[in-house]
Amino acid sequence: MTDILLIALAMSLLYISIANRLYTYLTILVFQGFILFGVTYLTLTKISTINLMLIMLETIVFKALAVPLFVNYVIKRNGITREAEPYLPNFVSLIIVTFITVSTIILSSSIKDVNLDKTFFVVALSTIFTGLYLIVTRKKIITHVIGYLIIENGVFVLSLAVGNEMPMLVNLGIMLDIFASVLILGVFFNRIGDLLKDPDIHHLSNLKD
Amino acid sequence: MIGIFITVAFTISGCLFFNRNKLINYTLLVLFIALLIVFSYVEYNHLNIRELGFFKPDALGVLLLIASCIVSIPVIIHGYRYIEKHNLDETPKSRGVFFGAMVLLISACSVVYLSGHIAVTWIFIEITTLSASTLIYHHRNLRALEGVWKYVFICAISITFVYIGILFLSLSLKDAGIDDMSFASLYANAGKLNPFWLKLAFLFIFTGFTAKLGLVPMYTAGIDAKDKAPAPAGALLASVLMNAGFVSIYRVYAVISRTPLEHWANTIMIIAALLSIFVATVYMTRIKNIKRMFAYSGIEHMGLVMLGLAAGGIGVYAAILHIILHTLIKPTLFLQFNQIYWVYQSKSIYDVGNYFKYNKVGAILLFLAFISATAMPPSGLFISEFLIFQSLFQAHYIIILLVVLILLTMIIWGFGLNIFKLLFTPHPTIDETRIPHISPWESFSQYLLLGLAVYLAYNPPVQFVTLLQAAVKLIK
Repeated sequence: MTDILLIALAMSLLYISIANRLYTYLTILVFQGFILFGVTYLTLTKISTINLMLIMLETIVFKALAVPLFVNYVIKRNGITREAEPYLPNFVSLIIVTFITVSTIILSSSIKDVNLDKTFFVVALSTIFTGLYLIVTRKKIITHVIGYLIIENGVFVLSLAVGNEMPMLVNLGIMLDIFASVLILGVFFNRIGDLLKDPDIHHLSNLKD
Repeated sequence: MIGIFITVAFTISGCLFFNRNKLINYTLLVLFIALLIVFSYVEYNHLNIRELGFFKPDALGVLLLIASCIVSIPVIIHGYRYIEKHNLDETPKSRGVFFGAMVLLISACSVVYLSGHIAVTWIFIEITTLSASTLIYHHRNLRALEGVWKYVFICAISITFVYIGILFLSLSLKDAGIDDMSFASLYANAGKLNPFWLKLAFLFIFTGFTAKLGLVPMYTAGIDAKDKAPAPAGALLASVLMNAGFVSIYRVYAVISRTPLEHWANTIMIIAALLSIFVATVYMTRIKNIKRMFAYSGIEHMGLVMLGLAAGGIGVYAAILHIILHTLIKPTLFLQFNQIYWVYQSKSIYDVGNYFKYNKVGAILLFLAFISATAMPPSGLFISEFLIFQSLFQAHYIIILLVVLILLTMIIWGFGLNIFKLLFTPHPTIDETRIPHISPWESFSQYLLLGLAVYLAYNPPVQFVTLLQAAVKLIK
């Protein structure tokens, strides 16, 4: 069951690579939040109940609901156009994300370590690299933020792989989620929206040498 | 004592954020300076005693703590001058937020120096991102926003990288059968760690911390930050915060230096260091923004520090000496920048000139600081840089040494070109009646810092050398 959920997560990456509208991105973020909720419940069987509840609460409340709703609010308030505006055509994006996934599979098959659950490793790495890819190839600042949130989801999957032995690390990961998202979204994106009407990275290219 | 320090320092920072009364504000700052001095003294006398389970003041941490304490005092004084004199649009609120963030940054870095656990290091590095971004956004205009956005975004990605590295490190612990991630336990069990995961962990952790240390690949955020932050805050970002990155990398490197992977890690560090020095050279020779020039000079020095560390032998000693002297010298340049700005109202090299005529004491200091930062004798950095070159020679990195020497010569040329233009070239269009008189006392603390750097390099006190040697021994 865990594997099915994780593979669904990997498939959502392919979908996000060809998504055109910002709302599709948000829907995928919500979807990934719910998948992580399920994976957490199925994987972390050995940790204390209170800790498990805390982690699951974080995935459902924070990842699946609060953050996408807030991003949605920011998009509406600033009147950001609905297009994602990629630099590359969707077809190329699809090929590249597929390539990322395949190469992580090849990489993981070269690792001979019995302690490692390969599915977690593959899905986590491909999510992280897809997030980085999205940041590099999209024009809007809001899509950069979404790319970062996807990286965080990937990191969360990776932390679940070691979660039973070291629950402390999963808690650290949650701290990272909340801290970085609040810092990026809450404090600054609001202000970027106030100062720039249509936030696009071209407005942020004055600092250079 | 660490518990008391964290509680009191964070309380002071919180009070500064919410307090609007000027007198209380400055009383709190004096209180914080006193706390920092007492804290450094106590930790110096509690070397290598574990506190609260997660903290262990080792020699390197205490050295950097004392250095940051010495630097913080003039920085806070100049912060006060900056707020009082520079900006007419300062409000009680902006003053409170500025000093609150400054106190938070200094205390978070101090805790990072003394951390004995990788997770604690990571958490407090996050806090430095938060406080640094508040400082960078002090002026609340579009450019400051751009700087802070880039800083926050790159730091968020780099902190994620460090977290991934910590996860890989935990995978490598499984082979050794331990789950304690304190540095002491990692040192003790270094031989038993799984080399594959350790390699990946080092790569990610190193890449992540380069955002704070200022090396390729993540150095860019720091440059914009030091440019847009007010100069006293820039002085902190260029010294105290960089040291926090250094100490984190140093401790992880100390783990890997106890395994057969040491040589591999050295190669990675040399590549990053060489690229950093190269990038610094490229920008220093063509840069026209004085503050960014100072920031790139920091990138160059961090590259040299990494080279010393990678070369081993006397190089490790030289690297630690270098970073401490750099902590004293780089803030003088940033603190001095305020005076330049008061005279010319510009950061661009095209708008400045004939500085000797308008501010003699400041100009002499700037000249001395230039000599210090480019490591020409009698600068303290000359000694450490010389030792780093010696260690490269002894480790048979002759070609690397030659490349570095050529690049450094170009940096001195570029740096000198701009500084001499600023100091000596007459500027035809400047309105001399508008230039304010600048008191020589504004430069006093910077002279002290430069003098201290020379003294520490040429006539080091016994306690200083003992601490340095103990810090070197963290690496096997």
